[in-house]
Amino acid sequence: MAFTFTAENRKKIDQILPQYETKQAALLPILHLAQEQNGYISPEVEEAVASLLGLPIVKIREVTSFYTLYEKKPCGKTPIRVCRNLSCTLLGGKEILDYMKQRLGIDVGESTPDGRFRLDSVECLCACEMAPMMQVGDAYYGPLTKEKVDEILKKAGSV
Amino acid sequence: MEPILSKRFNMKDSHRIETYLATGGYRSAEKALKTMKPEAIVEEVKISNLRGFGGAGFSTGMKWSFLPKERKKPVYLVVNADEGEPGTFKDRYLMERDPHLLVEGILITSFAIGSHKAYVYIRGEYVKSYQTLQGAVDEAYAKGYLGKNIFGTGFNLDVILHMGAGAYICGEETGLLESLEGKKGFPRLKPPFPAIIGLFGCPTIINNVETLSCLPTIIERGGKAFADLGCEKNGGTHLFSLSGHVERPGLYELPMGTPLRELIDQHGGGIRGGKQLKAVVPGGMSAAVLKADEIDVSLDYDSLKKAGTMLGSAGVIVMDETTCMVEALMVTARFFAHESCGQCSPCREGTGWYYKVVQRLYEGKGRMQDLETLINISANMAGNTICAFADGAAMPFSSYPVKFKDEFEYHIREGKCNVKESYAYARD
Repeated sequence: MAFTFTAENRKKIDQILPQYETKQAALLPILHLAQEQNGYISPEVEEAVASLLGLPIVKIREVTSFYTLYEKKPCGKTPIRVCRNLSCTLLGGKEILDYMKQRLGIDVGESTPDGRFRLDSVECLCACEMAPMMQVGDAYYGPLTKEKVDEILKKAGSV
Repeated sequence: MEPILSKRFNMKDSHRIETYLATGGYRSAEKALKTMKPEAIVEEVKISNLRGFGGAGFSTGMKWSFLPKERKKPVYLVVNADEGEPGTFKDRYLMERDPHLLVEGILITSFAIGSHKAYVYIRGEYVKSYQTLQGAVDEAYAKGYLGKNIFGTGFNLDVILHMGAGAYICGEETGLLESLEGKKGFPRLKPPFPAIIGLFGCPTIINNVETLSCLPTIIERGGKAFADLGCEKNGGTHLFSLSGHVERPGLYELPMGTPLRELIDQHGGGIRGGKQLKAVVPGGMSAAVLKADEIDVSLDYDSLKKAGTMLGSAGVIVMDETTCMVEALMVTARFFAHESCGQCSPCREGTGWYYKVVQRLYEGKGRMQDLETLINISANMAGNTICAFADGAAMPFSSYPVKFKDEFEYHIREGKCNVKESYAYARD
């Protein structure tokens, strides 16, 4: 089914476009809006954005496939990103990731069956002072223990 | 030491303009715009020995003076807030705890380089930084510190915040420009440098968040006073991100040239649980590793370069005696393989090989010639690509296997780790 922006997002796009010298420069912010609305960047979203900005679809695909924050398939609503980089690994990040997999019953790159969470293991989120750490939705959490993970998941609405 | 960059970090409502104005905020910008000529500001910045705190450590005043003298096109200021170097978290603190310091730095810099539009490129995961900084920008517009006719001088400036979407390479300044233009973040071939042809084909200056946050102090006290805060050829103070096996990980503002040992022992409270120090990465993941007996070195660009490593973004990662250095290098290899943008073959292939080889060592299936292979890959990558990513990636792989040779050889010979008892390593 064809994708169309909501009236509210169209208004936002009208504010974004004049901020740049070229239409193409608005691509990243517009894709962020599209993902917020649609949950992920589908081929239909790519098509709609391409026609909005007057770009070939391949220019959109180049960008969605290059950046990690654009989801390319349907996925759980709230991202859980557990850091796997050095400072977090030194302080038990791997154990936190394993515990998270067990708690959610899914592997890295998968979403919970109820569609609420998706789990990722990510490179440095630049919060090494709170290692081991993770991001749930927009917020950063750390230093993590298994007990804290339980608390955060409870707060986020998981059982 | 009196803090300059972090002095408001623990104040109540430190991100609000009321707090900023009550503590001397925007007075430097007023002084600069009303009483100084742009060339005079550039001169003060040269005298200040301010060097780019994004990691390269290039003279900021010098960078600004590369702009063409004749202006036929608009000039852009681009703020690099794409913090991503593992071990670093200083720009996040600046944006979330004292965003007006950055806004004032942007205003002074834009006036000095003759720019009327500044873009701030913030990494996509930094949602709170984005929201806090946007709040500060809105407050500044409302009070007339941004927008039209600032301080009644006729100077106009717009500041636009732009979210990245998850790519370490966009911290490289020309990769960032590509990304800001709505493309994948492939770094550009240089020359031409961005000061000549940058954003939208126009002259562009790209500066790091912390670098720009130094400007209000330089204007307030003068370049000489700022230079005197640091050490020879390294002006000012710096925000050191300390993490890993220390008692008190955190962000510490210290003069340039502070001894590394002082940062770890005094400020960081020493090694966690009374354990022995084993290794330190002094400047983010792309820096060569230092052994425990190599930490009597000053934290400045020149001293660390002389010690065969680098200050980089001042992300100091401390490892104690329980650390498996092969695992640490495997984590490093995984990072670089994941983040190589893939544009240049030596880097795209080289980082993949690093990861394969170190993964093999880590699993206890390594071969003796693997150690030489790592050194060879580094030799073939460094200096052979468009940007500095490959040079940074090469540094750990030419240092870990050399400095911790015994440990790497033990893994190969015995097929197990000499530090960690359990060896249940799963490929991930």
